[in-house]
Amino acid sequence: MKAPVSWIKEYVDLPAEVTTEALTDRLTALGLKLEAIESAGAGIEGPLVIGRVLTMDPEPQKNGKTINWCTVDVGDANGTGEPQGIVCGAHNFAPGDLVVVVLPGGVLPGGFAISARKTYGHLSAGMICSARELGLGEDHDGIIVLPADAGEPGTPAFDLLGLGEEVIEFEINPDRAYALSLRGIAREAALGFDLSYHDPAQRDVPLPNDAGHPVRLEDAEGCPVFVARTVRGVDPTAPTPEWMSRRLQQAGVRSISLAVDVTNYVMLELGQPIHAYDRARLQGPIVVRRARAGEKLTTLDDVVRVLDPEDLLITDESGPIGLAGVMGGATTEVSESTTDIVVEAAHFQPTSIFRTQRRHKLPSEASKRFERGVDPLLPPIAADRVVELLVELGGGTAEDGVTVAGEFPRPWQVSMPVDLPAELSGIEIDQETTVRSLTAIGAQVSVADGMVTAIVPTYRPDLSDPHDLVEEVVRIVGYDRVPSVLPRRATGHGLTRSQRLRRRVGRTLAGAGCVEVVSFPFVGAGDFDALGLPDDDRLRSTVRLANPLSSEQPAYTTTLLPGLLQAAARNVGRGAVGVSLFETGTVAFPSGEAAPIYGVDRRPTEAELRKLLDALPHQPLHLAVVLAGERERAGWWGEGRQAGWAEAIDLVRRLGAELGVQVETANSARMPWHPGRCAVVSVAGVELGHAGELHPRVCQAYGLPPRAAAFELDLDLLLEQTPAVTEGPVFSTLPVAKEDVALLVDAEVTVAAVEAALREGAGDLLESVRLFDVYTGQQVGEGKKSLAFALRFRAADRTLTEADTGAARDAAVARAAELTGAVQR
Amino acid sequence: MSGPNNEYDPVEVAPLQPEEIESATQAALTAIAAATDLEQLKQARLDHAGDRSALALANREIGALPPQARKEAGQRVGRARGEVNKALAARQSVLEAEHEARMLIEETVDLTLPTDRLPVGARHPLTTGSELIADIFVAMGWEVAEGPVIEAEWLNFDALNLGPDHPARTMQDTFWTDPSDNHVVLRTHTSPVQARTMLTREAPIYVVCPGRVFRTDEYDATHSPMFHQVEGLAIDEGISMAHLKGTLDTFAAQMFGAGITTRFRPSYFPFTEPSAEVDLTCFVCRGTGLKDNGADPCRTCKGEGWIEWGGCGIVNPRVLRACGVDPERYSGFAFGMGIDRTLMFRHGLEDLRTLFEGDIRFTTAFGSDL
Repeated sequence: MKAPVSWIKEYVDLPAEVTTEALTDRLTALGLKLEAIESAGAGIEGPLVIGRVLTMDPEPQKNGKTINWCTVDVGDANGTGEPQGIVCGAHNFAPGDLVVVVLPGGVLPGGFAISARKTYGHLSAGMICSARELGLGEDHDGIIVLPADAGEPGTPAFDLLGLGEEVIEFEINPDRAYALSLRGIAREAALGFDLSYHDPAQRDVPLPNDAGHPVRLEDAEGCPVFVARTVRGVDPTAPTPEWMSRRLQQAGVRSISLAVDVTNYVMLELGQPIHAYDRARLQGPIVVRRARAGEKLTTLDDVVRVLDPEDLLITDESGPIGLAGVMGGATTEVSESTTDIVVEAAHFQPTSIFRTQRRHKLPSEASKRFERGVDPLLPPIAADRVVELLVELGGGTAEDGVTVAGEFPRPWQVSMPVDLPAELSGIEIDQETTVRSLTAIGAQVSVADGMVTAIVPTYRPDLSDPHDLVEEVVRIVGYDRVPSVLPRRATGHGLTRSQRLRRRVGRTLAGAGCVEVVSFPFVGAGDFDALGLPDDDRLRSTVRLANPLSSEQPAYTTTLLPGLLQAAARNVGRGAVGVSLFETGTVAFPSGEAAPIYGVDRRPTEAELRKLLDALPHQPLHLAVVLAGERERAGWWGEGRQAGWAEAIDLVRRLGAELGVQVETANSARMPWHPGRCAVVSVAGVELGHAGELHPRVCQAYGLPPRAAAFELDLDLLLEQTPAVTEGPVFSTLPVAKEDVALLVDAEVTVAAVEAALREGAGDLLESVRLFDVYTGQQVGEGKKSLAFALRFRAADRTLTEADTGAARDAAVARAAELTGAVQR
Repeated sequence: MSGPNNEYDPVEVAPLQPEEIESATQAALTAIAAATDLEQLKQARLDHAGDRSALALANREIGALPPQARKEAGQRVGRARGEVNKALAARQSVLEAEHEARMLIEETVDLTLPTDRLPVGARHPLTTGSELIADIFVAMGWEVAEGPVIEAEWLNFDALNLGPDHPARTMQDTFWTDPSDNHVVLRTHTSPVQARTMLTREAPIYVVCPGRVFRTDEYDATHSPMFHQVEGLAIDEGISMAHLKGTLDTFAAQMFGAGITTRFRPSYFPFTEPSAEVDLTCFVCRGTGLKDNGADPCRTCKGEGWIEWGGCGIVNPRVLRACGVDPERYSGFAFGMGIDRTLMFRHGLEDLRTLFEGDIRFTTAFGSDL
């Protein structure tokens, strides 16, 4: 909402010492937040004066344009009193007109310096200005022609044009619809500085009678009050006075015609949206009703709208003539030939207006006010003000008929305990302050039995609860007076175990050289295709969005890999030679159920709550890593190491070690992984996800270096497997005995199987088994491999003898032979 | 070698003559002193203190002397050998020290060589920023509450006094899951976590809820369809705006440093009444509104000295009622702010999108904690 300071001052006598900044500070503190202060003509410097055009000689140019070579009387403003020669491209004026001239040495907005310069064969000494050149709006159809009585040539034009006048733009909260008017803003200014306030809505209005234009309300809930007044004989050519068009322009409203301008002006002044109908085009009585199925209306913006039965309409015998409170219809629009005008000032139910506006995507100045709540007593006042202006400025005659259909809403009251403002604000606010504050906003206040009761002023439909009154009292007392006190009863238990573990996971991965990313969780079929997922893969069953930003990605993801692989590819594309990334985030699997909607007057029962929560999609927290390109860098020390399946699985194992769980891997085949290099990862028999090298086609699809590796785990499940308390280990400090064994096995036999057999056979003396070499080749033969293990033995109570360790080694090898067919080499 | 000479034999044994001993000693000492490295010293040791050295040979001859003569000769040879060994040890330690000093110099490397064989990892500032905020509140005795991002419409809106006709509920702001009459949305704020907390815990409640939220905003330098919020909720007997102010002032000072405080302005939110906007002392100009040069307006706060930080207020009793908290007994406050935005001005980020691109150069700049 834009409000010229001079207009505010019309209703409140702000002392001169109150600067615009002081005013906006105070209003911001009251809840009308300053958005910007504009000063029209900011940037204009130097001589800007009234000039009278003495001569104008049109001179056609080679480029097809015709310019006017003018002499302009600028009085003594040029220092000589001689006429000023100026070239002007506009044609909307004539000799004798008063115009606005900027003389050489002046500067126009945007730093446009004016000097005498040679152009079109003349020395043009200055410029005749258009509104746009002065920063007075977008009108560039021609230069400004001033009224004949604007002043003598040479008179400074700055003030005359309203230049330098400050306009405040406020950000108005939805509960303060009244501040979408000068009436409301001035009221707040008066409140803020404890000044008296001249309510522009304070006027005597004629009593209703039956002589006005007939109006019938068929939906009293949607439209409780409808006022109609008629003015005849308005001069359709009568111009909008300069002061009014300037104010409209300052408030950001385009000047259209006198009739339309007057309705807009009164809306800005009082906050009541008004509609003007061409009386000649109205057919019969006005009827306010809901739309019927299939009805259509062409609105003022020339769009044919199919109406919904919930839409509230203004109709006449021809059918719909307006979307009530939102936009008028084209058929009864005031035109260039309209002389007789019916003025509508009505009150509409906010919700109805809001829904219609949303349904038709038609936010308007009128709907903005109606949906937030307009003072229901305003219609007769605003209508009378419009009539007054049309008579005064358009030469019309007010008809005696005054139609007031419907009933004015009754005032309502709100009560609260006297000490509630103090209790909720923490400020010492006594009863007197409370009463004074509520009185200041126009409430009728009474106190009895420790309760304050306020009859709420009709311009404040937002005040309905005790807490609403508290906010009014506290903002008037001042939010800046709220003391700063810490609550004293917070006795929390710190982070949860899961919260602490998640931090550990992140630190472990960062410590292992991985960089965390945060990606959007939106995916589509294309993402799953790029991962090579089969058509029936469970990951393709998603929670879909009804209104996705992109039709390519209409679903919430079931895997973190698409975002992660794209981030990796982005880094590679930007020149990274090695990328190790990780992400934790929720994925979602649809439940297919609808969540109930309950009332809000009570807590849902446990069963209701359970039903609600169970209806939601399953949303586990996942953890994923991608390793692409160099995992370790090449350098003066030698070769780097490329990421591969082993790096991915090692990270999973490190994570397990950090979290105190034993990670098991087994060969698996699952897209998007390489079918021979994909491990299913589990802990204590619980499957957590997969790790390994990505399928070559997936690397290609994402533009990743070959052999990029990745894992994705259900982090919630992983954290569930972690021990709450780690048992302290017991170990021997006696000497260790080492034995190496090389075992020949079939190529398909896994290391894990051999290792498990060795462990089992070696018995309690075995401290550790570690595979230190794998050999395949001619020496071991086709389909075989040689595995070299280092066994370490140690006893808790004695130093082992060669016989001890030899026996344990032989038992280990024997068990491996038995279970895996291993042959010692 | 001569045999035992138990009977006194006046034959003189030449190598045991004092002059011979003296001469051998001098030769040894000269050779030791002349050794310039450990190798030469080793040779000198072999030559003059080894088994075949003059002194060693002389020593062996002692047995050939008649008993009466053995003592004197023995003392003489022993003294000489002691002197030589001492000289050897002294020279050894000098040369060893020299050798070590030289070796240490020779082993000097260029310590500006790169050593970055392993890549440096980092955690995302949105993660570490959320943790920093959580820790500030945990230190005040609060707990960290969490909830799902795909949320029931009732919890995201109705329970928070955002009625069916609230503008935020339309398709223009909220991501709805399909079909929309399933009443499931991507949460538009972390407030449903507050509702869940009130529904499942007994007062008093002091929880902070950081998390990911979604709105149907087009993606640009200052808007994103996904962003992060932190909200706080305190429900207790006698809670007032003063407690809200105290909590936020503490939060601001912990997050941005001493001297950074908050300012309230009246505002409107359906879930709070009274409601306030929270402004934060500008972190960059520290409230002066001016750039470092003292003349131009601060770019971060545009000269106002304050930055809009978030919204807050006293929990609307309608919300308490819907969530099963007795509004006659308890009151509460709630606040909420954008984590992304908070980080943007705390760290001078110009473009929100850098948070979501995953460029490792961005994230590694922040390390593993904020």
